[in-house]
Amino acid sequence: MSMQTRTFIVYVEDLPGVLNRVASLFRRRGYNIVSLNVGRTHEPGVSRMTIVVEADDDMARRIEANLYKLVNVLRVDDITHEPSVMRDLALIKVRAGADERPKVLQVCEVFRARVVDVAADSLTVEITGTQDKIDGLVAVLRDYGISEMVQSGAIAMTRGAERAARHPVTPSTPETRQLKVA
Amino acid sequence: MSNDEAQTTGANILWQALVREGVEVVFGYPGGAIMPAYDAMPAYPIRHVLVRHEQGASHMADGYARASGKVGVAIVTSGPGATNLVTGIANAMLDSVPMVCITGQVGSALLGSDAFQETDITGVTLPITKHNYLVTRPEEIAPTIKEAFYLARSGRPGPVVVDVTKDAQQKACHPVFSDDPVRLPGYRPDYSPLPEDLERAVEMIHRAERPMILAGHGILRANATAQLLELVQRCDIPVACTLLGLGGFPATHPMNLGMMGMHGEAWVNTAIQEADLLLALGMRFDDRVTGKLAGYAARARKIHVELDPAEINKNVKVDLPIIGDVREVLTQILPKLEERRHPGWAARIDDLKGDSAVRDIQTLPDAGRLYAAHVIHDLYKLTEGKALVVTDVGQHQMWEAQYYKHDHPRKLITSGGLGTMGFALPAAIGARFAQPEDEVWVIAGDGGFQMTACELSTCAQEGIKVNVAIINNGFLGMVRQWQELFYDRRYVATPMRSPDFVKLAEAHDLTGLRVTKREEIGPAVQKARETPGTVVIDFRVEQEDSVYPMVPAGADLHQMIRRPERNPMQETGEDP
Repeated sequence: MSMQTRTFIVYVEDLPGVLNRVASLFRRRGYNIVSLNVGRTHEPGVSRMTIVVEADDDMARRIEANLYKLVNVLRVDDITHEPSVMRDLALIKVRAGADERPKVLQVCEVFRARVVDVAADSLTVEITGTQDKIDGLVAVLRDYGISEMVQSGAIAMTRGAERAARHPVTPSTPETRQLKVA
Repeated sequence: MSNDEAQTTGANILWQALVREGVEVVFGYPGGAIMPAYDAMPAYPIRHVLVRHEQGASHMADGYARASGKVGVAIVTSGPGATNLVTGIANAMLDSVPMVCITGQVGSALLGSDAFQETDITGVTLPITKHNYLVTRPEEIAPTIKEAFYLARSGRPGPVVVDVTKDAQQKACHPVFSDDPVRLPGYRPDYSPLPEDLERAVEMIHRAERPMILAGHGILRANATAQLLELVQRCDIPVACTLLGLGGFPATHPMNLGMMGMHGEAWVNTAIQEADLLLALGMRFDDRVTGKLAGYAARARKIHVELDPAEINKNVKVDLPIIGDVREVLTQILPKLEERRHPGWAARIDDLKGDSAVRDIQTLPDAGRLYAAHVIHDLYKLTEGKALVVTDVGQHQMWEAQYYKHDHPRKLITSGGLGTMGFALPAAIGARFAQPEDEVWVIAGDGGFQMTACELSTCAQEGIKVNVAIINNGFLGMVRQWQELFYDRRYVATPMRSPDFVKLAEAHDLTGLRVTKREEIGPAVQKARETPGTVVIDFRVEQEDSVYPMVPAGADLHQMIRRPERNPMQETGEDP
C-alpha cells in the first residue's frame, strides 16, 4: 500500500503532559510526523491537535486505534479523504533595502501576503494558506534573501456545518465504530 | 468552616482507597518519599510483603494478578525505588497484566529541581504503562486510585503508575470516596461485535475443511475456556495455544495440539501452515508465534477476535477482524454454529504427530544422565499436573511449555512478551498469596534464578512456601543454544559459575536439595512437598542440551530445526 500524507484531527483533554503522550506514541511506533499543531478550542478543557503524517491505509488505521488507547484522547478524525480547509501560517523576514522593497511588496501582493513589520533593511511578511502557497512565496523571496522564517504547522477543519452532528463522540473507523459509549 | 475531625491525611486516604478496591496484599519497599504512607499502613487490613529489590515487588504484583485475576499492587519510594520497578512494569505491559504501582515522589515544591531521589517516573514509564498519574494534592488521591484500578483491570488490562508526592501524603483534607462508576470521556473499553461480522465468521467456519484455533492469553483473561471447549467439540477444530494461552484449553484434551511458534511441536506449526482457516482468539501474532510473516499460513483465511483494535493487521493481515471480548464473541457465535467433522484433516494431523513422536526425548533412554525435559516431565507426573507453575525465561521455560500439561487456566505463570529473566521466584511469591491452597513450583534456570535470588530472603522472613526447581546446566542455556546453532559454538559469556544453591538455601534457613540422577527426582520432589517453608532443588542437568524443534528467527514457521532422531551423547554416555 502506498504512503500518502494523512491529516488527523485529534481532540484531547487539556491537561499537563498530554502532548507528550501523543508525541511519545508517534515516536515509539515509528510514525513520521510532518507537522503537529495544538491549541485550545471553544470547549473548555478540550484541546485540538492537527497532525499530518506520512502513512499508508493500514498504518493510518493503527495510528487512529493507538491514539484511542491514550486515556486523554477524546476523539480522532482522519479527514484525509474529506472535503476540508487546511491552513498554515508563516512569518518570513526578508532582506529588503529601499531598492528591493517595492519588488518584494509586489510579490506579496500577488501571494496575498501581508507585511507586518518594516525595518530599514528588512520586511516581515505574514502569509496564510496551504503549504503549496507558502512554498511558492518562499521560492520567490529566497532570491532577495530570507533571514528568518517560522511556520505554525497546518490546522484543518472539514467543510460544511454539521460535522459534529454527523460524527458525535463516537469514532469513525471500522475497527472502532463498535465502541459503545460508556 | 471545615471540621478538623473529619479531615485525614493523604496517606490515610491512600490506604482507605486501596481497601475500598479490595486490596488484601501489597508488595513493597519503604523509603523517604513514601514514608508517610508506610507510617499510616498498620491501621489498615492489608498485608505488606517486604521485598529485597523493587523489581521483585513488581513481579510479585504481576504474579498475584495473573494467579488471582485481580489487580496486583506494588508500593515503593521515589527515584531508585521507582526506577527499579521499570522492568516489572514493562513486563506487565507486554503481557497485559492488571497492576497498580504506587510510587512516592519528592514534595511538590521540589518537583523539577533534581532533588534527592527525584526521578520523573511518570515520564520514564509513559511508554510502558497503560496510563500514569502524578498526584500532588491529597484531594486527588481517592479519585485517582479508583481510576487507576478501573483502567488496570478493564478493557485490555495493563499496569498503571500512581506517583504521589510526599506532601500529598502528609497534608490533610476531607476525603471524598465516590461509589459512582468511573467516567473517563476518552476511555471506552466496552466493545460489542457487529452481527454481520459474526454471520461472516460462522460462514467461514462452516466452509473450512482444515480449520485451526489459535488460543491466546485473551481466553484466560476473558474466562472463555468453557465457550472454547464447546466450539471445539461442536465444530471439530483442533487448538494450538500461544505460550500465554497454555491452560486456556485443557492440555490433555485430544483436540489440543499444544504450543505453537518458535518452540512449538512440529505437528502444530506444520498444521498451521497447512490450515485453510485460522481462528485467532485473544492473541496478537507475536513474531515468536508467526516466524517470517511473508510465509505465514499463506493458505489460510484468518479471523482475528481481539479486544484491542490496535492489534488488528499489525503483524498478520486478516480477512475478518472482530473487536470484542473473546467470551462475548464466542457466546454470541455458538448458537449459530452447526456441527462439523473434518476426518481428513484429523488424519493428516495424526500423521504429523506420529512422525514427531519417535523423536521425543521422553522416549529415549537417559543413559544415567539427567535431562531437563525429564525433570519437567517427572515433575508433571509427580504433581499430577495440578501444580501452579511459575517459570523464568529460557530453555527450561520452553521445556515446561512442552512437557508440563496444564489442564486449567491460571496454573502456568510465565513472562511471555518481555522475556524477563528473574521473573519466576518473585512472581511465584505473588501467586502464593493469590492461591494459598495451590502447590506452587518455580522452574528457573541457574542464570535467571540468580537475578532475583535475593527474594529467598523474603520467603524466609514472610514464611512463604514455594518449591524452587533450578534447572542448572552451568550455562545461559538459550543463548548457548543460539551460539551452538548460529554462532559456530562460540560460547561467549554464556558459561556461568553459580554458588552452591543447597548452601544458599540453607544460609536463608531454608531447605536445599541436589539431584544429579533421574531416579533422585521422585524422592526430592516428595521431600520438597513435605517440608514446610521454601525448598530449593538444584537439578544438575545435561549442560549442552537444546530445545527442539526450533524455528530459527526469520525462517518460515514450517522450516524448523527438528529434534535429532537419536542423540549421540545419549548413546555414548560420555561427557561432551
